[in-house]
Amino acid sequence: MNILGLYNYWIVVVLMLIGFYIVIAHENLIKKLVGLSIFQTSVFFFYISMGKITGATAPILDEKYELYSNPLPHVLILTAIVVGIATTALGLALVVRIQEAYGSIEERDIQEQDAHDQLECQLEAYGPSSMEISDEQEQDE
Amino acid sequence: MTTHLPILQVIIPLLAAPFCIFLRIPRLVGIFAILVSAAAFLVSCGLLQQVITAGTISYKLGGWPAPWGIEYRIDILNVYLLLLVSAMSTIVLVAAQTSIKKELPEDRHVFFYTSFLLCLTGLLGILATADAFNVFVFLEISALSTYTMIALGTDRRALTASYQYLIMGTIGATFIIIGVGLMYMMTGTLNMYDLAERLPEVNTSRTVLSAFGFFIVGVCLKLALFPLHLWLPNAYAFAPSIATAFLAATATKVAVYLLIRLVFSIFGIEFVVTVLPMQEIFMVLGLAGIFAASVSAIYQLNIKRLFAYSSVAQIGYMILGLAIGTKLGLVATLVHMFNHALMKAAVFLAIGGAVYRIHSAQLIHFAGLGRKMPLTMAAIVIGGLSLIGVPLTVGFVSKWYLVLALLENGWWPVAILVLMSSLLAVMYVWRTVEWIYFTPPRINIDDVTEAPLSQLIPIWILVLANIYFGLNTSLTVGLSKMAAESLYGIFGGVL
Amino acid sequence: MSDLFAVVMLSGIYSLISASLFLDLDAVDVAFTEASVGAGISTLLMLASLKLVSRYQKKTRYKPILAFFVVVTTGAMLIYGTLDMPHFGTADAPVHTHVAPRYLNESMGEIGVPNVVTSVLASYRGYDTLGETLVIFTAGIGVMALLMVSKQTKQESKKLIPADMQQQIILRIVAKMMIPLILMFALYVQFHGDYGPGGGFQAGVIFAAGIILYTMLFGLSTSQEVFKATTIELFTAAGVLLYGGVGVVCMLLGGNFLDYDFLKHDPVHGQHLGILLVELGVGITVASVMMIIFFKFTWRTVKHKYKK
Repeated sequence: MNILGLYNYWIVVVLMLIGFYIVIAHENLIKKLVGLSIFQTSVFFFYISMGKITGATAPILDEKYELYSNPLPHVLILTAIVVGIATTALGLALVVRIQEAYGSIEERDIQEQDAHDQLECQLEAYGPSSMEISDEQEQDE
Repeated sequence: MTTHLPILQVIIPLLAAPFCIFLRIPRLVGIFAILVSAAAFLVSCGLLQQVITAGTISYKLGGWPAPWGIEYRIDILNVYLLLLVSAMSTIVLVAAQTSIKKELPEDRHVFFYTSFLLCLTGLLGILATADAFNVFVFLEISALSTYTMIALGTDRRALTASYQYLIMGTIGATFIIIGVGLMYMMTGTLNMYDLAERLPEVNTSRTVLSAFGFFIVGVCLKLALFPLHLWLPNAYAFAPSIATAFLAATATKVAVYLLIRLVFSIFGIEFVVTVLPMQEIFMVLGLAGIFAASVSAIYQLNIKRLFAYSSVAQIGYMILGLAIGTKLGLVATLVHMFNHALMKAAVFLAIGGAVYRIHSAQLIHFAGLGRKMPLTMAAIVIGGLSLIGVPLTVGFVSKWYLVLALLENGWWPVAILVLMSSLLAVMYVWRTVEWIYFTPPRINIDDVTEAPLSQLIPIWILVLANIYFGLNTSLTVGLSKMAAESLYGIFGGVL
Repeated sequence: MSDLFAVVMLSGIYSLISASLFLDLDAVDVAFTEASVGAGISTLLMLASLKLVSRYQKKTRYKPILAFFVVVTTGAMLIYGTLDMPHFGTADAPVHTHVAPRYLNESMGEIGVPNVVTSVLASYRGYDTLGETLVIFTAGIGVMALLMVSKQTKQESKKLIPADMQQQIILRIVAKMMIPLILMFALYVQFHGDYGPGGGFQAGVIFAAGIILYTMLFGLSTSQEVFKATTIELFTAAGVLLYGGVGVVCMLLGGNFLDYDFLKHDPVHGQHLGILLVELGVGITVASVMMIIFFKFTWRTVKHKYKK
C-alpha cells in the first residue's frame, strides 16, 4: 500500500517528463508545441488525481450520493486548459509567420540564418578584421 | 467608491482592452490607452494614500470570504509596485503615440494598444492578488500579450525571439502551477495568507520543499535570472521600442515581486534561509549574472541588445540584495527595482526616439548622432551614468544601499565584486558614448533631427526623475523601508 | 517520427485518452473540455498550420545530453516531492478537508446550482474565469495581429477560394444534417451547465466547431457571408465586456465586484442570473475567438495559394 498509494503520481511524473523532454530536445517548432501540450496535459492529470476520492462520484449534487470528489481542482484545470489552448494557438500563429519569414521551421536552419545576419552587421561595423571579436562573442553566448 | 479601489486598479485596464476593439480608429485608441493608464495611475495613488493611513486593504471578489473566494490584498509592497507599473505605462504610452507609427504598419496599431493594455492588466493583476492560482491566470494574460507585442517588431528575428520566449515562458508558468498544485495538495488552500498560516505545519515535508523549488524555478525563468535569461536579450532587442521600454521597466520587476512575495509572505524568510541554501544559490547566481551579462553587453552591436544584457545584469543586483537576507538587503532590492525601471525606461525610450529617425538600432548607425539629436542622446548618456551608479543619479542610491547591506552583513568580498562590476558597466556605456559622440557617421544622417516632442517630453521626464530620485530618496527609500518592515514583521515576531 | 501529421494525430489521441481518464477520475467537466479542446480544436489548429508549413520534419541532430540532464533533475525533484504526498484517493487529505467542504455542503444553499464545478467556476472563483476569458481574448488578439491579411489580398483572391472538400457529396449532405444538431447541442451545453457538465467554455468550442465544419465544406467565402470577420472581432470583445459588465453592475448595486447576490432581491436568484450571464459572456468570447483563429489560418492558406 505504501508504494501503491503513490503510483498514480509517478505515472503523471513520467508523462510530464516525456512532454518536457520533447520541448527541450526537439528542434522542430511544431513538435515543441506538441511537447508543450503533453507537458501541460500531464500537469492537469496531477491536479485531477489529487481531487479524487476513492468511491466518490462527480461533484454534481444529488440526493442519491453522499461522497463527492473535490470540485476545486476541476475548476482550476478548466482554466488551465483554456490557457493551454490559448498558448498553443498563439504559438502556431508564430510558427506560421516564422515559416514565411525563414522558409523553415527547424531551429537549426533559423539559427544559421540569424548567425549570417549577425555576421553581416559585424562586417559593416568593423570590417573583415573583426573576426576575433566574433569568436569571443560566441563564447559568451 | 473608495472601497472598490483595489479592484478598480485592475478592471479599468481589463475592460478598456476589449473596448479598444470597438473604437477601431488607431489615433483614438492611442489616446484612450493613455487615459486608461493615467486612470490606473490615479487609482494607485489613491491606494497608496489609503494603505499609508489605514494599513493593509483586503477586498473580497464576488463577496466571498478569503480562502473560498479570491482575495485582493494591498499592502505597502504591492502599492509601491502598482504605482511604479502604472506610472511607467502612462509615460511610455505618451511616447508610443508617435513612436509606433514608424515601427508598425497602421492596421496593427489597435492590436498593439490592446495588447499593451492587456499586458498592463496582467501585471497589475499579479501585483494585487492574494490568490496563488489567480497569479497564474494573470501571469498568462501578461505573457501572451507580451509575446504578441514582441512579435510585432519589424525584424524577422522578432518572431523567433517571441517564439523562444513563448516556450520558455510557458515552461516557467507550468512550473509555477506545479508548485501551486503541490502547495495546494499539502494545505488545501490557494490563498497566500492562508497558505502562510498552514504551511508551517507541513513545511518539513518533502512535498513542500519540492513545491518551493518549482515555484522558484518558474519565477526565475520569468525574471530572467542567469542562467535562465536566454530569452530576454533577443526579445528586448527586436520588439518595438515602446514594448521594450515598457517590458524592461515593469515585467521583470513584477517577477521579482512574485519572488519576494513567495519568500517573505508565503514561506517566510526563516524557512527559506534555514531549510535550503537559498542565500548561497542566489548570491552565486546573482553575481554570475552580473558579470556574465555585463561582459556580453560590452560586445553587442545592437544597442537595444546591449542594454538588454545590462538588464540581465541589473536583475543580478536585485537578486543579490535578496540573497543577503536582511532588512537592509531587501530595501536595496526594492529601491533598485524602482530605480532600474526609471533608468531603463529612459534609455529605451531615447533609443526608440533615435530609431524613429534613423530606422535602425545598430550601434554603428548611431555614429555621429550626438550632434544631430543632442537631447535624445544626452538622455541615453544620463541613463547610462545611472546604470554605472554615478553619484547624483538613482543608480548611485541603489548601489549605495546594496553595498551598505553587504557590508552590514560582513560580505565585504561581495561588496568589492559589486564595485568592480560597475567598471564593466562603465565599459559598455563608454562604448555607446564613443559611437554616438566620437565616431564619424556611417550612414547619411544629414536630415536627421531631434526626436519628436511627444517623445522628448516623456524621455526627459524620466531623465529628470533619474536625477530627482537620486537626490531626494524619501519616496523610494521611505516606501521600501516600510515595505521591508512589514514583510519582516509578519514572521519576525512569530518565529 | 518525422511525419508531423502523425505526430499531431497522436497528440490528439493522447488528449482523447486523457479525457476518458479524467472522466474516470470524476472530473466530468474537465473531461468534456479536454475532449473538445485538446482532441478537437487544438488538433484542428495544428493541422491547419501544418498545411502552411512542411509536413515532414528534417533529420536533425539532437542535443540530448543537456536536455536529458534537465529533465532528469526535474523528474528527481518531482519524485522527491511525491514521497510525502497524501495517498491517491484518500478522503482525509488536506485538499478534501480545508476549503472544498464548503463548496460541497453550502453551495446548494448559497448559489442553488447542483453542478458544484459551475458554482465554483462562475461564482466563488468567478474572477479566475474572467481572467481565463481574457486569456482567450488575448490569444485572439495575438493571432489576429500576427496573421493579418490585407484587404487587397482578400478581395483579389475571393474568387479563387475553392472549398477544400466541395466535391465530397456524401460529406456535404451528412454535414448539412449534422451542423444544426451541433449548434443546438452547443446551446444546450451553454444553458444546461448548471445541472450537468458543461458551460460557456465547452459550448463556445462546440459552436465554433460547427461553424468551422461548415467552412471546411462550403468554403470560406460562403461562411464569411454570414460570419463577417469584423463582426466576429467585435464579438470576441463583447463577451469579455459582458462578463466584466456584470461585475461592474454588481458594484454599482452596492456589492463587491462580481457579487451576484446584489443583482436581484433574492441572493440565490441573483446568483442564477449572474452565472447565466457570465457563462454567456464566456461562450460568446470563446466561440468567436476560436472561429476567428481558424479563419485567420485559412486566409493565410488562401494567400499562399494565391501568390503561387
